[in-house]
Amino acid sequence: MKKLLALLTVIAVTALSLCGCEGAYEYAELNLEGEYTRELAGTQLNVYNWGEYISDGSDGMLDVNKEFEKLTGIKVNYATFESNETMYSQIKSGGVSYDIIIPSDYMIQRLIREDLLQKIDTSSLSNYHYISDEYKGLYFDTQEEYTVPYNVGMVGIIYNKTLVEEDIEHSWEVLWDKKYENMALNFNNPRDAFMTAQMILGQDLNTDNKSDWDKAADLLKKGKKNLQSYAMDEVYGKMETGEAAIAPYYAGDYLTMYETNSDLAFFYPEEGTNVFIDSVCIPSGALNYEAAVMYINFLLEPEIALANAEYIGYASPHTAVINNQDYYYYGNEILYPKKEDTPKVQYYHDISPEIRSYYEQLWLDVKLY
Amino acid sequence: MKKKSFGSRIIAAPYIVWAAIFVIVPLIIMAYFALTDANGAFTLANLAGIGKYKKAFAVSILYAVIATIITLLLAYPMAYFMTKMKISSQRMIMLIVMLPMWMNFLIRTYSWITILANTGLINTFLSKIGLKPLQLINTPGAVILGMVYDFIPYMILPIYSVMSKIDKSLLEAAEDLGANGKARLHRVIFPLSLPGVISGITMVFVPSVSTFYISQKLGGNKNLLIGDAIEFLFNNGPDYYNVASALSMVLMVLILISLAVMNRFSDGDEGGVVI
Repeated sequence: MKKLLALLTVIAVTALSLCGCEGAYEYAELNLEGEYTRELAGTQLNVYNWGEYISDGSDGMLDVNKEFEKLTGIKVNYATFESNETMYSQIKSGGVSYDIIIPSDYMIQRLIREDLLQKIDTSSLSNYHYISDEYKGLYFDTQEEYTVPYNVGMVGIIYNKTLVEEDIEHSWEVLWDKKYENMALNFNNPRDAFMTAQMILGQDLNTDNKSDWDKAADLLKKGKKNLQSYAMDEVYGKMETGEAAIAPYYAGDYLTMYETNSDLAFFYPEEGTNVFIDSVCIPSGALNYEAAVMYINFLLEPEIALANAEYIGYASPHTAVINNQDYYYYGNEILYPKKEDTPKVQYYHDISPEIRSYYEQLWLDVKLY
Repeated sequence: MKKKSFGSRIIAAPYIVWAAIFVIVPLIIMAYFALTDANGAFTLANLAGIGKYKKAFAVSILYAVIATIITLLLAYPMAYFMTKMKISSQRMIMLIVMLPMWMNFLIRTYSWITILANTGLINTFLSKIGLKPLQLINTPGAVILGMVYDFIPYMILPIYSVMSKIDKSLLEAAEDLGANGKARLHRVIFPLSLPGVISGITMVFVPSVSTFYISQKLGGNKNLLIGDAIEFLFNNGPDYYNVASALSMVLMVLILISLAVMNRFSDGDEGGVVI
């Protein structure tokens, strides 16, 4: 009897503590511009997005998925990925069918080429006109058939002013600089890590010349000992605590880190950098196309796009956000640099399978070196 | 060998089905991928191409051997002294050994970062008392430490369970026959505890040699182990499934060989706890 009582107490305490920290989400009063029906109520929408890439109701912000569920009655199943390649591998293997995915430019090009995306009827998106012309019809989707831009960003270098000299050279070379031995990080994914070397070598990021990739790989091998580690998501923790002093990363993420540690500073290297755009797409295996289109239009709602832009901290392609003076990052010089401060940029393009597997092998060589 | 009754077969059936679906079938799939190319045609190219992973294999085996030796050196005396204690203390110690295992393995590994980091607990303490900070994280030592910490319960438990079952009368007999403490340990306890040791070595060596998370978090992604290589390849999409499966298969064969070698040391069916 005593044991039973003890067990019940444990269950009760656990249950209480679970309820305690959940906290009820308070729905916002939204002023929506599009038309949303409840015709699809009860159906499911599978969304596959980057981690930390949607306003999720934390810190009193909007919970985009919950708001959409309340509005339409459609159940949103939300899953996240860490890299374009992981996402690709899921889509390609077809184990789960997603209705919405948000890949980057070069991966979209590859998905279209392999016939893994379906066309989106943009005329049925009443909010599509909010997308800035600058980001419409880019190289991977010149006819604006498959994608709706979601976020834009550039890569730069984050450094800690208390740990490195104030006049740090604004170059990718700092990652190779003996002065900063064991203080710098580099990307733990091949494309971005190669980019840092390719920029120093002045190469085209999408070169199909194998010897270019060889040279970049040699440079990476040479710099490996100088680095503290290769990291992706750990960059946040390492930079915020001062564990690492220098890290190449995405500009929007720098702004998030800066909120925690104001000793951090940022620059775009002189050699130029990579610019990327993540866009919303519908895979060809989607089971709920109608709901997916409604979801995309919902993401384009000025209020929703604003919440996402403020939560994520990346540059937005949404004109109603960029021009909103109440937007937290309104006129931010890192996200929206002036023309004369904008670095030379290159997009990643999808590379032929042969070259891709060539540089992926080279990356493995670098890691094994 | 006794003939199994119909009843006992029925009882065993669910597990056999389980093993077939989740052990045998995956093995067949792995072998299929390892021996075919992207178009499904038979090839040995995947296996032939593993030469470039020599270093990763060598480093993985080296780290796993070192980690296994350290765990054994720590766990054996621990298990021995546990059996000497009062039953209540034994239970207490057992609880302490098991306690970390209630936490997720990833979190346990991650928490070492906060201890070993350049700005972590140890180095903060060292600089507080005026000593030079040490480079602890992102070193082979950190990776091996992670393996030892994560897998040591798997060494203590089998050794302890075998040792605690050693018949006390054997020790008394040895004492009566004039064996001193050292001789009893050396000639009675150690040989009888061998099945536990072998089982412990297996249970530490196998996960150590194939691990991938520990090396990424504590080794700064710079000391690539074979498990990391396999994980990287699988994450790069179906193009790499064949090579990754070939690597997995080779790793498995290497593990099986080392187990077979180990089994030679234990006396066949005595104890029967191997694997």
